[in-house]
Amino acid sequence: MTRARRLRLRLFRVIVLVLGGAFFLVPIGAMFEFSTRGNRVGAPRTLEAWTTIVTYPDLLGAIRDSLGLAAITSVAMLLLLLPTMIWVRLRLPQLKRTIEFLCLLPLTIPAIVLVVGLSPVYRWMAINLVDTIFLLSFAYVVLVLPFAYRALDAGLSAIDVKTLSEAARSLGAGWGTVMFRVIAPNMSGALLNASLLSVALVLGEFTFANLLSYLNLQVEIFQLGLANAGTSIAVSVASLMFAFILLVILSFFGRARARGAHERAGLPFPGAAGGGLR
Amino acid sequence: MIAAGHPDVKTARRPREGGRRFPLHWIGALPFLLYVALFLLLPTVIVVVGAFAGKDGPTLSNITDLNQQFVLNAFVSSLLISTASALVGAVAGALLAYAVATGNPRGVLRRVVSSACGVLAQFGGVTLAFAFIATIGSVGFIRLWLQDRGIDIYSNGVWLTELPGLVLVYTYFQIPLMVLVFLPALDGIRPQWREATESLGGGTWHYWRYVAGPLLAPAFLGATLLLFANAFSAYATAAALISQGNPIVPIAISNFLTSETGRNNPGLAQALALGMVLIVAIVMTLYALLQRRTSRWLR
Repeated sequence: MTRARRLRLRLFRVIVLVLGGAFFLVPIGAMFEFSTRGNRVGAPRTLEAWTTIVTYPDLLGAIRDSLGLAAITSVAMLLLLLPTMIWVRLRLPQLKRTIEFLCLLPLTIPAIVLVVGLSPVYRWMAINLVDTIFLLSFAYVVLVLPFAYRALDAGLSAIDVKTLSEAARSLGAGWGTVMFRVIAPNMSGALLNASLLSVALVLGEFTFANLLSYLNLQVEIFQLGLANAGTSIAVSVASLMFAFILLVILSFFGRARARGAHERAGLPFPGAAGGGLR
Repeated sequence: MIAAGHPDVKTARRPREGGRRFPLHWIGALPFLLYVALFLLLPTVIVVVGAFAGKDGPTLSNITDLNQQFVLNAFVSSLLISTASALVGAVAGALLAYAVATGNPRGVLRRVVSSACGVLAQFGGVTLAFAFIATIGSVGFIRLWLQDRGIDIYSNGVWLTELPGLVLVYTYFQIPLMVLVFLPALDGIRPQWREATESLGGGTWHYWRYVAGPLLAPAFLGATLLLFANAFSAYATAAALISQGNPIVPIAISNFLTSETGRNNPGLAQALALGMVLIVAIVMTLYALLQRRTSRWLR
Protein backbone atom coordinates (compact mmCIF):
# COMPACT_ATOMS: atom_id res chain seq x y z
CA MET A 1 0.00 0.00 0.00
CA THR A 2 1.43 3.33 -0.97
CA ARG A 3 1.87 6.11 1.56
CA ALA A 4 -0.57 8.41 -0.21
CA ARG A 5 -3.24 5.75 -0.31
CA ARG A 6 -2.80 4.92 3.34
CA LEU A 7 -3.24 8.58 4.26
CA ARG A 8 -6.31 8.88 2.09
CA LEU A 9 -7.82 5.77 3.68
CA ARG A 10 -7.14 7.08 7.18
CA LEU A 11 -8.73 10.43 6.33
CA PHE A 12 -11.77 8.64 4.87
CA ARG A 13 -12.16 6.48 7.98
CA VAL A 14 -11.90 9.41 10.39
CA ILE A 15 -14.46 11.47 8.45
CA VAL A 16 -16.96 8.62 8.10
CA LEU A 17 -16.66 7.53 11.73
CA VAL A 18 -16.98 11.07 13.09
CA LEU A 19 -20.01 11.82 10.91
CA GLY A 20 -21.60 8.46 11.78
CA GLY A 21 -20.93 8.92 15.47
CA ALA A 22 -22.49 12.40 15.38
CA PHE A 23 -25.57 11.19 13.51
CA PHE A 24 -26.21 8.46 16.05
CA LEU A 25 -25.26 10.25 19.26
CA VAL A 26 -26.76 13.71 18.69
CA PRO A 27 -30.45 12.62 18.74
CA ILE A 28 -29.92 10.73 21.99
CA GLY A 29 -28.08 13.66 23.50
CA ALA A 30 -30.84 15.96 22.29
CA MET A 31 -33.39 13.90 24.23
CA PHE A 32 -31.41 14.45 27.43
CA GLU A 33 -31.15 18.13 26.61
CA PHE A 34 -34.86 18.40 25.92
CA SER A 35 -35.84 16.55 29.09
CA THR A 36 -33.83 18.93 31.31
CA ARG A 37 -35.16 22.18 29.84
CA GLY A 38 -36.88 24.78 32.00
CA ASN A 39 -40.38 25.97 31.29
CA ARG A 40 -39.46 29.40 29.92
CA VAL A 41 -36.93 30.56 27.40
CA GLY A 42 -33.67 31.14 29.23
CA ALA A 43 -34.80 29.27 32.34
CA PRO A 44 -32.05 27.29 34.08
CA ARG A 45 -31.69 23.53 33.60
CA THR A 46 -34.08 21.55 35.72
CA LEU A 47 -34.95 17.94 36.43
CA GLU A 48 -38.61 18.85 36.73
CA ALA A 49 -39.63 16.71 33.77
CA TRP A 50 -38.00 13.72 35.46
CA THR A 51 -39.46 14.32 38.90
CA THR A 52 -43.00 14.74 37.53
CA ILE A 53 -42.88 11.17 36.18
CA VAL A 54 -44.16 9.93 39.54
CA THR A 55 -47.14 12.32 39.44
CA TYR A 56 -48.73 10.50 36.52
CA PRO A 57 -50.54 7.43 37.89
CA ASP A 58 -51.43 6.27 34.36
CA LEU A 59 -47.79 6.31 33.44
CA LEU A 60 -46.74 4.39 36.53
CA GLY A 61 -49.49 1.86 35.81
CA ALA A 62 -48.25 1.48 32.25
CA ILE A 63 -44.69 0.97 33.46
CA ARG A 64 -45.92 -1.73 35.84
CA ASP A 65 -48.00 -3.39 33.11
CA SER A 66 -45.12 -3.35 30.64
CA LEU A 67 -42.75 -4.86 33.19
CA GLY A 68 -45.36 -7.52 33.93
CA LEU A 69 -45.78 -8.21 30.21
CA ALA A 70 -42.01 -8.50 29.84
CA ALA A 71 -41.81 -10.99 32.71
CA ILE A 72 -44.77 -13.08 31.51
CA THR A 73 -43.50 -13.08 27.92
CA SER A 74 -40.00 -14.17 28.93
CA VAL A 75 -41.24 -17.00 31.12
CA ALA A 76 -43.87 -18.16 28.61
CA MET A 77 -41.34 -18.03 25.80
CA LEU A 78 -38.86 -20.15 27.75
CA LEU A 79 -41.51 -22.66 28.83
CA LEU A 80 -42.80 -23.01 25.29
CA LEU A 81 -39.59 -22.93 23.32
CA LEU A 82 -36.92 -24.56 25.44
CA PRO A 83 -38.57 -27.98 26.03
CA THR A 84 -39.62 -28.08 22.37
CA MET A 85 -36.12 -27.31 21.13
CA ILE A 86 -34.52 -29.87 23.43
CA TRP A 87 -37.14 -32.48 22.52
CA VAL A 88 -36.67 -31.83 18.81
CA ARG A 89 -32.92 -32.14 19.14
CA LEU A 90 -33.19 -35.45 20.98
CA ARG A 91 -36.20 -37.20 19.56
CA LEU A 92 -37.48 -35.41 16.46
CA PRO A 93 -34.48 -34.18 14.46
CA GLN A 94 -36.54 -34.37 11.28
CA LEU A 95 -38.64 -31.52 12.64
CA LYS A 96 -35.72 -29.15 13.23
CA ARG A 97 -35.99 -27.24 9.94
CA THR A 98 -39.73 -26.79 10.40
CA ILE A 99 -39.35 -25.40 13.91
CA GLU A 100 -36.57 -23.11 12.76
CA PHE A 101 -38.65 -21.87 9.85
CA LEU A 102 -41.68 -21.22 12.05
CA CYS A 103 -39.57 -19.41 14.65
CA LEU A 104 -37.95 -17.12 12.09
CA LEU A 105 -41.20 -16.47 10.21
CA PRO A 106 -42.23 -13.45 12.33
CA LEU A 107 -39.14 -11.68 11.01
CA THR A 108 -40.57 -11.50 7.52
CA ILE A 109 -44.23 -10.88 8.28
CA PRO A 110 -44.75 -7.16 8.93
CA ALA A 111 -45.96 -6.56 12.49
CA ILE A 112 -48.90 -4.53 11.22
CA VAL A 113 -50.07 -7.51 9.14
CA LEU A 114 -49.93 -9.76 12.19
CA VAL A 115 -52.03 -7.24 14.07
CA VAL A 116 -54.65 -7.23 11.33
CA GLY A 117 -54.86 -11.01 11.55
CA LEU A 118 -54.75 -11.08 15.34
CA SER A 119 -57.40 -8.45 15.97
CA PRO A 120 -60.36 -10.87 15.48
CA VAL A 121 -58.55 -13.40 17.69
CA TYR A 122 -58.10 -10.77 20.38
CA ARG A 123 -61.67 -9.58 20.08
CA TRP A 124 -62.79 -13.16 20.63
CA MET A 125 -60.48 -13.62 23.63
CA ALA A 126 -61.55 -10.32 25.20
CA ILE A 127 -65.22 -11.28 24.95
CA ASN A 128 -65.05 -14.97 25.77
CA LEU A 129 -62.10 -15.25 28.13
CA VAL A 130 -60.90 -12.22 30.01
CA ASP A 131 -60.06 -8.71 28.85
CA THR A 132 -56.71 -7.73 30.29
CA ILE A 133 -53.58 -6.13 28.93
CA PHE A 134 -51.66 -9.27 29.81
CA LEU A 135 -53.35 -11.01 26.88
CA LEU A 136 -50.76 -9.15 24.79
CA SER A 137 -48.21 -11.68 26.02
CA PHE A 138 -49.64 -14.21 23.57
CA ALA A 139 -48.69 -11.99 20.65
CA TYR A 140 -45.41 -10.92 22.23
CA VAL A 141 -44.22 -14.51 22.51
CA VAL A 142 -44.60 -14.74 18.73
CA LEU A 143 -42.81 -11.42 18.31
CA VAL A 144 -39.77 -12.53 20.33
CA LEU A 145 -39.64 -16.06 18.84
CA PRO A 146 -36.92 -15.36 16.23
CA PHE A 147 -34.59 -13.67 18.68
CA ALA A 148 -35.20 -16.18 21.45
CA TYR A 149 -34.80 -19.08 19.04
CA ARG A 150 -31.40 -17.87 17.90
CA ALA A 151 -30.17 -17.27 21.43
CA LEU A 152 -31.37 -20.69 22.62
CA ASP A 153 -30.12 -22.47 19.51
CA ALA A 154 -26.67 -21.00 20.05
CA GLY A 155 -26.76 -22.17 23.66
CA LEU A 156 -27.91 -25.68 22.78
CA SER A 157 -25.27 -26.00 20.06
CA ALA A 158 -22.58 -25.15 22.58
CA ILE A 159 -23.34 -28.09 24.88
CA ASP A 160 -23.61 -31.79 24.23
CA VAL A 161 -27.35 -32.16 24.79
CA LYS A 162 -27.41 -35.78 23.78
CA THR A 163 -24.71 -37.05 26.12
CA LEU A 164 -26.12 -35.03 29.00
CA SER A 165 -29.60 -36.41 28.53
CA GLU A 166 -28.41 -39.97 28.00
CA ALA A 167 -26.34 -39.79 31.17
CA ALA A 168 -29.25 -38.40 33.16
CA ARG A 169 -31.74 -40.88 31.70
CA SER A 170 -29.49 -43.83 32.36
CA LEU A 171 -29.32 -42.70 35.99
CA GLY A 172 -33.10 -42.85 36.10
CA ALA A 173 -34.05 -39.22 35.54
CA GLY A 174 -37.39 -38.37 33.94
CA TRP A 175 -37.70 -35.97 31.02
CA GLY A 176 -38.64 -33.09 33.33
CA THR A 177 -35.47 -33.59 35.33
CA VAL A 178 -33.41 -33.83 32.15
CA MET A 179 -34.73 -30.54 30.83
CA PHE A 180 -34.96 -28.37 33.91
CA ARG A 181 -32.26 -29.77 36.17
CA VAL A 182 -29.66 -31.06 33.72
CA ILE A 183 -29.76 -29.17 30.43
CA ALA A 184 -31.16 -25.76 31.43
CA PRO A 185 -28.51 -25.08 34.14
CA ASN A 186 -25.82 -25.86 31.57
CA MET A 187 -26.98 -23.13 29.23
CA SER A 188 -27.77 -20.35 31.69
CA GLY A 189 -25.99 -17.81 29.49
CA ALA A 190 -28.29 -18.54 26.56
CA LEU A 191 -31.35 -18.46 28.81
CA LEU A 192 -30.28 -15.06 30.09
CA ASN A 193 -29.72 -13.84 26.52
CA ALA A 194 -33.12 -14.99 25.37
CA SER A 195 -34.85 -13.46 28.39
CA LEU A 196 -33.04 -10.11 28.16
CA LEU A 197 -33.85 -9.85 24.45
CA SER A 198 -37.50 -10.57 25.16
CA VAL A 199 -37.63 -7.97 27.93
CA ALA A 200 -36.01 -5.33 25.71
CA LEU A 201 -38.39 -6.07 22.84
CA VAL A 202 -41.52 -6.07 24.98
CA LEU A 203 -40.61 -2.80 26.72
CA GLY A 204 -40.21 -1.12 23.32
CA GLU A 205 -43.32 -2.55 21.71
CA PHE A 206 -45.90 -0.08 20.38
CA THR A 207 -47.65 -1.51 17.30
CA PHE A 208 -49.58 -4.40 18.86
CA ALA A 209 -50.60 -2.53 22.00
CA ASN A 210 -51.68 0.60 20.16
CA LEU A 211 -53.78 -1.17 17.54
CA LEU A 212 -55.29 -3.71 19.92
CA SER A 213 -56.18 -0.77 22.23
CA TYR A 214 -54.11 -1.63 25.27
CA LEU A 215 -52.12 1.01 27.18
CA ASN A 216 -48.60 -0.29 27.54
CA LEU A 217 -45.54 1.83 28.28
CA GLN A 218 -44.91 3.03 24.72
CA VAL A 219 -48.56 3.86 24.05
CA GLU A 220 -48.71 5.80 27.31
CA ILE A 221 -45.50 7.67 26.45
CA PHE A 222 -46.96 8.52 23.06
CA GLN A 223 -50.19 9.85 24.54
CA LEU A 224 -48.36 11.75 27.27
CA GLY A 225 -46.22 13.33 24.56
CA LEU A 226 -49.29 15.16 23.29
CA ALA A 227 -49.76 16.81 26.71
CA ASN A 228 -46.35 17.05 28.36
CA ALA A 229 -43.48 16.64 25.92
CA GLY A 230 -40.74 17.08 28.54
CA THR A 231 -41.90 14.27 30.81
CA SER A 232 -42.73 11.89 27.98
CA ILE A 233 -39.25 12.39 26.56
CA ALA A 234 -37.77 11.86 30.03
CA VAL A 235 -39.57 8.51 30.28
CA SER A 236 -38.47 7.65 26.75
CA VAL A 237 -34.86 8.32 27.71
CA ALA A 238 -35.22 6.19 30.82
CA SER A 239 -36.79 3.25 28.98
CA LEU A 240 -34.26 3.62 26.18
CA MET A 241 -31.34 3.56 28.59
CA PHE A 242 -32.79 0.50 30.30
CA ALA A 243 -33.17 -1.34 26.99
CA PHE A 244 -29.73 -0.21 25.79
CA ILE A 245 -28.09 -1.49 28.95
CA LEU A 246 -29.83 -4.87 28.55
CA LEU A 247 -28.85 -5.14 24.90
CA VAL A 248 -25.28 -3.98 25.37
CA ILE A 249 -24.75 -6.48 28.20
CA LEU A 250 -25.96 -9.17 25.89
CA SER A 251 -24.08 -8.10 22.80
CA PHE A 252 -20.86 -8.50 24.76
CA PHE A 253 -22.13 -11.78 26.15
CA GLY A 254 -22.80 -14.40 23.53
CA ARG A 255 -21.92 -12.71 20.27
CA ALA A 256 -19.11 -15.00 19.26
CA ARG A 257 -21.23 -18.08 19.81
CA ALA A 258 -24.36 -16.65 18.29
CA ARG A 259 -22.66 -15.80 15.00
CA GLY A 260 -22.44 -19.41 13.91
CA ALA A 261 -26.13 -19.94 14.53
CA HIS A 262 -27.05 -16.97 12.35
CA GLU A 263 -25.17 -18.29 9.40
CA ARG A 264 -26.82 -21.65 9.60
CA ALA A 265 -30.20 -20.07 9.91
CA GLY A 266 -30.37 -19.43 6.17
CA LEU A 267 -32.54 -16.37 6.72
CA PRO A 268 -31.21 -12.83 6.92
CA PHE A 269 -28.83 -12.36 9.82
CA PRO A 270 -30.50 -9.48 11.64
CA GLY A 271 -33.55 -10.26 9.54
CA ALA A 272 -35.36 -7.11 10.43
CA ALA A 273 -37.75 -7.13 7.49
CA GLY A 274 -40.75 -7.55 9.77
CA GLY A 275 -39.99 -4.31 11.51
CA GLY A 276 -40.98 -5.72 14.89
CA LEU A 277 -40.37 -2.60 16.95
CA ARG A 278 -40.46 -0.10 14.17
CA MET B 1 -40.84 -47.36 14.73
CA ILE B 2 -42.42 -45.32 12.01
CA ALA B 3 -39.69 -42.76 11.62
CA ALA B 4 -37.15 -45.31 10.50
CA GLY B 5 -33.52 -44.42 10.39
CA HIS B 6 -33.51 -41.34 12.58
CA PRO B 7 -30.78 -41.33 15.19
CA ASP B 8 -32.67 -42.67 18.12
CA VAL B 9 -31.59 -42.03 21.67
CA LYS B 10 -30.34 -45.02 23.60
CA THR B 11 -32.02 -44.58 26.89
CA ALA B 12 -32.81 -46.80 29.82
CA ARG B 13 -36.34 -47.21 28.53
CA ARG B 14 -38.00 -50.49 27.96
CA PRO B 15 -37.25 -51.81 24.50
CA ARG B 16 -39.76 -50.68 21.95
CA GLU B 17 -42.35 -53.14 20.88
CA GLY B 18 -42.55 -53.66 17.15
CA GLY B 19 -45.44 -52.89 14.86
CA ARG B 20 -47.09 -49.59 13.95
CA ARG B 21 -48.49 -47.43 16.70
CA PHE B 22 -49.09 -43.76 17.21
CA PRO B 23 -45.66 -42.17 17.54
CA LEU B 24 -45.92 -40.80 21.07
CA HIS B 25 -42.81 -38.70 20.87
CA TRP B 26 -44.54 -36.34 18.42
CA ILE B 27 -46.65 -35.16 21.35
CA GLY B 28 -43.58 -33.36 22.68
CA ALA B 29 -43.71 -30.88 19.80
CA LEU B 30 -47.46 -30.40 19.91
CA PRO B 31 -47.75 -27.49 22.39
CA PHE B 32 -45.36 -25.40 20.35
CA LEU B 33 -46.96 -26.29 17.03
CA LEU B 34 -50.43 -25.53 18.41
CA TYR B 35 -49.28 -22.19 19.77
CA VAL B 36 -47.68 -21.18 16.50
CA ALA B 37 -50.74 -22.33 14.59
CA LEU B 38 -53.01 -20.20 16.80
CA PHE B 39 -50.99 -17.00 17.03
CA LEU B 40 -48.91 -16.96 13.87
CA LEU B 41 -50.52 -19.10 11.18
CA LEU B 42 -54.15 -18.39 12.05
CA PRO B 43 -53.66 -14.58 11.83
CA THR B 44 -51.96 -15.02 8.47
CA VAL B 45 -54.84 -17.16 7.24
CA ILE B 46 -57.34 -14.60 8.57
CA VAL B 47 -55.62 -11.89 6.53
CA VAL B 48 -55.53 -13.93 3.35
CA VAL B 49 -59.08 -15.28 3.66
CA GLY B 50 -60.48 -12.01 4.98
CA ALA B 51 -59.15 -10.13 1.97
CA PHE B 52 -61.46 -12.23 -0.22
CA ALA B 53 -64.44 -12.43 2.15
CA GLY B 54 -67.46 -10.17 2.28
CA LYS B 55 -70.57 -10.09 4.45
CA ASP B 56 -72.16 -12.79 2.35
CA GLY B 57 -69.62 -15.18 0.97
CA PRO B 58 -66.47 -14.76 -1.07
CA THR B 59 -65.97 -11.52 -2.93
CA LEU B 60 -63.35 -9.56 -4.78
CA SER B 61 -64.74 -6.22 -3.62
CA ASN B 62 -62.00 -5.70 -1.03
CA ILE B 63 -59.38 -6.18 -3.70
CA THR B 64 -61.14 -3.93 -6.21
CA ASP B 65 -61.57 -1.34 -3.42
CA LEU B 66 -57.80 -1.07 -3.40
CA ASN B 67 -58.16 0.77 -6.69
CA GLN B 68 -58.93 4.09 -5.02
CA GLN B 69 -56.85 7.19 -5.28
CA PHE B 70 -55.86 7.46 -1.61
CA VAL B 71 -54.99 3.75 -1.38
CA LEU B 72 -52.79 4.01 -4.45
CA ASN B 73 -51.27 7.18 -3.00
CA ALA B 74 -50.49 5.33 0.22
CA PHE B 75 -48.71 2.58 -1.71
CA VAL B 76 -46.79 5.14 -3.76
CA SER B 77 -45.75 7.01 -0.58
CA SER B 78 -44.70 3.77 1.10
CA LEU B 79 -42.68 2.63 -1.91
CA LEU B 80 -41.06 6.06 -2.21
CA ILE B 81 -39.96 6.40 1.40
CA SER B 82 -38.84 2.76 1.54
CA THR B 83 -36.77 3.14 -1.62
CA ALA B 84 -35.29 6.46 -0.54
CA SER B 85 -34.42 5.33 2.98
CA ALA B 86 -33.06 2.01 1.67
CA LEU B 87 -30.78 3.78 -0.82
CA VAL B 88 -29.56 6.39 1.66
CA GLY B 89 -29.13 3.74 4.36
CA ALA B 90 -27.33 1.36 2.01
CA VAL B 91 -24.82 3.93 0.74
CA ALA B 92 -24.12 5.47 4.15
CA GLY B 93 -24.07 2.05 5.82
CA ALA B 94 -21.69 0.65 3.20
CA LEU B 95 -19.29 3.57 3.75
CA LEU B 96 -19.45 3.08 7.52
CA ALA B 97 -18.95 -0.67 7.11
CA TYR B 98 -15.94 -0.04 4.88
CA ALA B 99 -14.46 2.34 7.43
CA VAL B 100 -14.85 -0.39 10.06
CA ALA B 101 -13.69 -3.27 7.84
CA THR B 102 -10.42 -1.54 6.97
CA GLY B 103 -9.54 -1.31 10.66
CA ASN B 104 -8.20 -3.93 13.02
CA PRO B 105 -10.58 -6.92 12.80
CA ARG B 106 -10.21 -7.59 16.53
CA GLY B 107 -9.97 -3.97 17.59
CA VAL B 108 -12.11 -2.09 20.08
CA LEU B 109 -13.60 0.10 17.36
CA ARG B 110 -15.02 -2.84 15.53
CA ARG B 111 -16.46 -4.41 18.65
CA VAL B 112 -18.07 -1.17 19.71
CA VAL B 113 -19.48 -0.39 16.26
CA SER B 114 -20.94 -3.85 15.72
CA SER B 115 -22.47 -3.93 19.21
CA ALA B 116 -23.89 -0.45 18.75
CA CYS B 117 -25.28 -1.40 15.34
CA GLY B 118 -26.89 -4.52 16.78
CA VAL B 119 -28.70 -2.34 19.28
CA LEU B 120 -29.53 0.58 16.99
CA ALA B 121 -30.85 -1.64 14.18
CA GLN B 122 -33.64 -2.68 16.56
CA PHE B 123 -34.29 0.89 17.69
CA GLY B 124 -37.47 2.54 16.54
CA GLY B 125 -40.99 3.49 17.38
CA VAL B 126 -42.11 6.29 19.66
CA THR B 127 -38.71 6.78 21.26
CA LEU B 128 -36.96 7.24 17.93
CA ALA B 129 -39.59 9.69 16.75
CA PHE B 130 -39.19 11.67 19.99
CA ALA B 131 -35.42 11.65 19.64
CA PHE B 132 -35.70 13.38 16.28
CA ILE B 133 -38.39 15.76 17.50
CA ALA B 134 -36.02 16.75 20.33
CA THR B 135 -33.21 17.19 17.78
CA ILE B 136 -34.69 18.93 14.79
CA GLY B 137 -38.34 19.38 15.75
CA SER B 138 -39.68 22.93 15.76
CA VAL B 139 -38.14 23.52 19.22
CA GLY B 140 -35.40 20.93 18.78
CA PHE B 141 -31.85 21.48 19.91
CA ILE B 142 -30.19 21.57 16.46
CA ARG B 143 -33.04 23.52 14.91
CA LEU B 144 -32.78 26.29 17.54
CA TRP B 145 -28.99 26.34 17.28
CA LEU B 146 -29.19 26.78 13.51
CA GLN B 147 -31.93 29.39 13.87
CA ASP B 148 -29.67 31.48 16.11
CA ARG B 149 -27.23 31.48 13.23
CA GLY B 150 -29.81 32.62 10.73
CA ILE B 151 -30.53 29.24 9.14
CA ASP B 152 -34.17 28.17 9.11
CA ILE B 153 -34.48 24.50 8.14
CA TYR B 154 -38.27 24.85 8.13
CA SER B 155 -38.58 27.85 5.84
CA ASN B 156 -40.78 25.66 3.61
CA GLY B 157 -42.82 24.12 6.41
CA VAL B 158 -42.07 21.50 9.07
CA TRP B 159 -40.96 18.60 6.88
CA LEU B 160 -39.99 16.41 9.85
CA THR B 161 -43.58 15.21 10.25
CA GLU B 162 -43.93 14.67 6.50
CA LEU B 163 -42.49 11.97 4.25
CA PRO B 164 -38.97 13.51 3.92
CA GLY B 165 -38.72 13.54 7.71
CA LEU B 166 -39.70 9.90 7.80
CA VAL B 167 -36.87 9.05 5.40
CA LEU B 168 -34.39 10.84 7.64
CA VAL B 169 -35.68 9.11 10.79
CA TYR B 170 -35.71 5.69 9.10
CA THR B 171 -32.03 6.03 8.15
CA TYR B 172 -31.33 5.93 11.88
CA PHE B 173 -32.10 2.21 11.94
CA GLN B 174 -31.34 1.52 8.27
CA ILE B 175 -27.64 2.45 8.48
CA PRO B 176 -26.88 0.10 11.41
CA LEU B 177 -28.77 -2.71 9.70
CA MET B 178 -26.70 -2.15 6.54
CA VAL B 179 -23.48 -2.27 8.54
CA LEU B 180 -24.53 -5.59 10.11
CA VAL B 181 -25.49 -7.16 6.78
CA PHE B 182 -22.70 -5.72 4.65
CA LEU B 183 -19.75 -6.15 7.01
CA PRO B 184 -19.43 -9.92 6.43
CA ALA B 185 -19.38 -9.30 2.66
CA LEU B 186 -16.58 -6.74 3.04
CA ASP B 187 -14.67 -9.18 5.22
CA GLY B 188 -14.79 -11.64 2.31
CA ILE B 189 -12.69 -9.29 0.18
CA ARG B 190 -9.08 -10.45 0.21
CA PRO B 191 -6.14 -8.03 0.07
CA GLN B 192 -4.52 -10.35 -2.48
CA TRP B 193 -7.12 -9.36 -5.06
CA ARG B 194 -6.01 -5.76 -4.79
CA GLU B 195 -2.37 -6.80 -5.04
CA ALA B 196 -3.18 -8.88 -8.09
CA THR B 197 -4.90 -5.88 -9.70
CA GLU B 198 -1.88 -3.72 -8.99
CA SER B 199 0.61 -6.26 -10.31
CA LEU B 200 -1.40 -6.30 -13.52
CA GLY B 201 -1.04 -2.53 -13.71
CA GLY B 202 -4.49 -1.52 -12.48
CA GLY B 203 -5.16 1.45 -10.24
CA THR B 204 -7.77 2.15 -7.59
CA TRP B 205 -10.43 2.85 -10.24
CA HIS B 206 -9.76 -0.45 -12.01
CA TYR B 207 -9.86 -2.34 -8.76
CA TRP B 208 -13.25 -0.99 -7.75
CA ARG B 209 -14.69 -1.06 -11.26
CA TYR B 210 -13.60 -4.55 -12.31
CA VAL B 211 -12.82 -6.50 -9.13
CA ALA B 212 -14.35 -5.37 -5.85
CA GLY B 213 -17.36 -3.65 -7.39
CA PRO B 214 -18.76 -6.66 -9.27
CA LEU B 215 -17.97 -8.94 -6.33
CA LEU B 216 -19.77 -6.75 -3.83
CA ALA B 217 -22.67 -5.78 -6.10
CA PRO B 218 -24.94 -8.76 -5.29
CA ALA B 219 -24.33 -8.35 -1.56
CA PHE B 220 -24.99 -4.62 -1.80
CA LEU B 221 -28.18 -5.06 -3.82
CA GLY B 222 -29.39 -7.81 -1.51
CA ALA B 223 -28.79 -5.69 1.56
CA THR B 224 -30.62 -2.79 -0.09
CA LEU B 225 -33.63 -5.04 -0.66
CA LEU B 226 -33.57 -6.11 2.99
CA LEU B 227 -33.49 -2.44 4.00
CA PHE B 228 -36.38 -1.77 1.67
CA ALA B 229 -38.52 -4.49 3.27
CA ASN B 230 -37.47 -3.22 6.68
CA ALA B 231 -38.69 0.32 5.98
CA PHE B 232 -41.77 -0.90 4.14
CA SER B 233 -42.95 -2.93 7.18
CA ALA B 234 -42.29 -0.21 9.75
CA TYR B 235 -45.34 1.20 11.49
CA ALA B 236 -44.61 2.50 15.00
CA THR B 237 -42.13 5.21 14.02
CA ALA B 238 -44.42 6.61 11.35
CA ALA B 239 -47.44 6.45 13.66
CA ALA B 240 -45.62 8.50 16.28
CA LEU B 241 -44.15 11.00 13.83
CA ILE B 242 -46.56 11.63 10.96
CA SER B 243 -49.30 14.09 11.82
CA GLN B 244 -51.64 14.10 8.86
CA GLY B 245 -51.57 14.36 5.11
CA ASN B 246 -51.06 11.40 2.85
CA PRO B 247 -50.37 8.36 5.02
CA ILE B 248 -48.23 5.35 4.18
CA VAL B 249 -49.73 1.86 3.88
CA PRO B 250 -49.26 0.72 7.53
CA ILE B 251 -50.96 3.92 8.74
CA ALA B 252 -53.77 3.44 6.24
CA ILE B 253 -54.23 -0.11 7.56
CA SER B 254 -54.38 1.10 11.14
CA ASN B 255 -56.98 3.73 10.16
CA PHE B 256 -59.20 1.02 8.72
CA LEU B 257 -58.59 -1.30 11.65
CA THR B 258 -59.42 0.96 14.59
CA SER B 259 -62.98 2.14 14.70
CA GLU B 260 -62.18 5.58 16.15
CA THR B 261 -61.78 7.10 12.73
CA GLY B 262 -65.31 6.11 11.77
CA ARG B 263 -64.05 4.45 8.62
CA ASN B 264 -63.73 1.04 10.19
CA ASN B 265 -63.33 -1.47 7.36
CA PRO B 266 -61.57 -4.69 8.36
CA GLY B 267 -62.00 -6.19 4.90
CA LEU B 268 -60.06 -3.38 3.28
CA ALA B 269 -57.46 -3.52 6.07
CA GLN B 270 -56.97 -7.20 5.29
CA ALA B 271 -56.68 -6.52 1.56
CA LEU B 272 -54.06 -3.85 2.24
CA ALA B 273 -52.22 -6.20 4.57
CA LEU B 274 -52.25 -8.87 1.87
CA GLY B 275 -50.75 -6.33 -0.53
CA MET B 276 -47.99 -5.61 1.97
CA VAL B 277 -47.27 -9.31 2.48
CA LEU B 278 -47.03 -9.86 -1.27
CA ILE B 279 -44.60 -6.98 -1.75
CA VAL B 280 -42.44 -8.07 1.19
CA ALA B 281 -42.50 -11.67 -0.07
CA ILE B 282 -41.32 -10.63 -3.55
CA VAL B 283 -38.56 -8.46 -2.12
CA MET B 284 -37.40 -11.15 0.31
CA THR B 285 -37.35 -13.78 -2.46
CA LEU B 286 -35.10 -11.56 -4.55
CA TYR B 287 -33.00 -11.02 -1.46
CA ALA B 288 -32.61 -14.77 -0.92
CA LEU B 289 -31.60 -15.25 -4.57
CA LEU B 290 -28.97 -12.51 -4.30
CA GLN B 291 -27.71 -14.02 -1.04
CA ARG B 292 -27.08 -17.29 -2.86
CA ARG B 293 -25.24 -15.43 -5.58
CA THR B 294 -23.16 -13.57 -2.98
CA SER B 295 -22.04 -16.71 -1.22
CA ARG B 296 -20.45 -17.98 -4.45
CA TRP B 297 -17.44 -15.68 -4.04
CA LEU B 298 -17.51 -14.11 -0.64
CA ARG B 299 -16.98 -15.84 2.70
